[in-house]
Amino acid sequence: MNEQAVIRTRGLTRYFGAKPAVYDLNLEMPRGCVFAFLGRNGSGKTTTIRMLLGLLEPTRGEGTILGHDIRSLPPEIRARIGYLTEEHQLYGWMNVKECGEFQSQFYPRWNEKIFRGVIGHFGLKPAARVKDLSRGERAGLCLGLTLAPEPELLVLDDPAMGLDPVAHRSLIESMIYLTRRSDRTIFFSSHQLADVERVADYIAILDRSVLRVCCSLEMFRNSVQQVRLRFPGAPPPVPKIPGLLQAFRAEGELRLTCVQFGGATEQALRALAPTQMEMVPISLEDAFISYLGERGEKSFILSETEAQP
Amino acid sequence: MINLSINTGSNTPIYKQITDQVRLAVASGKLAVDDPLPSIRALAERLVINPNTVARAYADLAREGLIESRSGRGVFVTRKRKMFTREEGWRRLEPLMDALIGEAMVLDFTPQELREAFEKKFGQWKSGKGGT
Repeated sequence: MNEQAVIRTRGLTRYFGAKPAVYDLNLEMPRGCVFAFLGRNGSGKTTTIRMLLGLLEPTRGEGTILGHDIRSLPPEIRARIGYLTEEHQLYGWMNVKECGEFQSQFYPRWNEKIFRGVIGHFGLKPAARVKDLSRGERAGLCLGLTLAPEPELLVLDDPAMGLDPVAHRSLIESMIYLTRRSDRTIFFSSHQLADVERVADYIAILDRSVLRVCCSLEMFRNSVQQVRLRFPGAPPPVPKIPGLLQAFRAEGELRLTCVQFGGATEQALRALAPTQMEMVPISLEDAFISYLGERGEKSFILSETEAQP
Repeated sequence: MINLSINTGSNTPIYKQITDQVRLAVASGKLAVDDPLPSIRALAERLVINPNTVARAYADLAREGLIESRSGRGVFVTRKRKMFTREEGWRRLEPLMDALIGEAMVLDFTPQELREAFEKKFGQWKSGKGGT
């Protein structure tokens, strides 16, 4: 694409034994966007993130992050990346303020105002002991520690996991606040499609180690469509049409969820001679689920780069 | 200022929820010419959504001539310009009417019932309670 890509991988692959955890991953992430990384549990999201950050050696393939080879990231590049892991690691005997002081020693660009802003937003008192904090409070503290060095690239591995609704909202608000600086990029993995809908510009979907979607959220929503066909009697059997993701048969009705509904699909459907045929909008969640539903199909790959002629 | 709201999990994308609400508010007179809209940043923070989504919605509304950005002062409702010819307007309405009538027939409504429902709806729109 261009030099503006913050993260870029080519054929990135990682095996654990004989089993591929991530297979032939081609990812490109523009600078200044909010990028959501989706997929079911065990689909390879965390393995991907760990490879991107140089914490896990790829079996083959290559990748760059902020323009540097992920196999040899120098400390000054790492310092420009903020990484929030699934498991927050903190020293229980420190208080909130001490955690900030400790962390700030490692970062020349530490911004104390941001640290105080974030912990204040999560309602944390500076004198509170880490071991006494709730899960949501710990998440707030970790987010503060991650954001205070003003990273150019923020990588959040399932940040919403286990948060109560109030802490969760604070997290999303903090992410939106970050978009004030247009050169900041956020890469987050999540199962919360409501969050994705609120904050993401781009999405990538991993399915059983393989990347199946990598495009703007808008393109994804426009590409996955449901068509409703009406018939006078029982609907015909589900036809073989290009891009079919899911089919429902009901009384006098056939509902098909398709990706990249085009002329060929339309022709095939018209041939069934329905009395009525209309496109029905569907929610992001329905689109996501139909994409990852149990059909064993892996052929419909949606990507911005491939879609352009 | 207009009170916009959004729902996640809807069949309608968030940017479209915003444009629909603004269009409706202008059409029903809740928003008048020269009324201000929140800034992109302010609305994004209030609705807790990506500012790009608000920008996308505002861009669509500006393209339709419904709102405009006045430099340094904010975003305002503008005089509604006529965007489409009568023929183009009909071309856009036709499929919606077909869908409505098709649905009504499947649900066993008579043309007479539909006409009455239409009249009732028009009445609601005129009194400013439309679309709720």
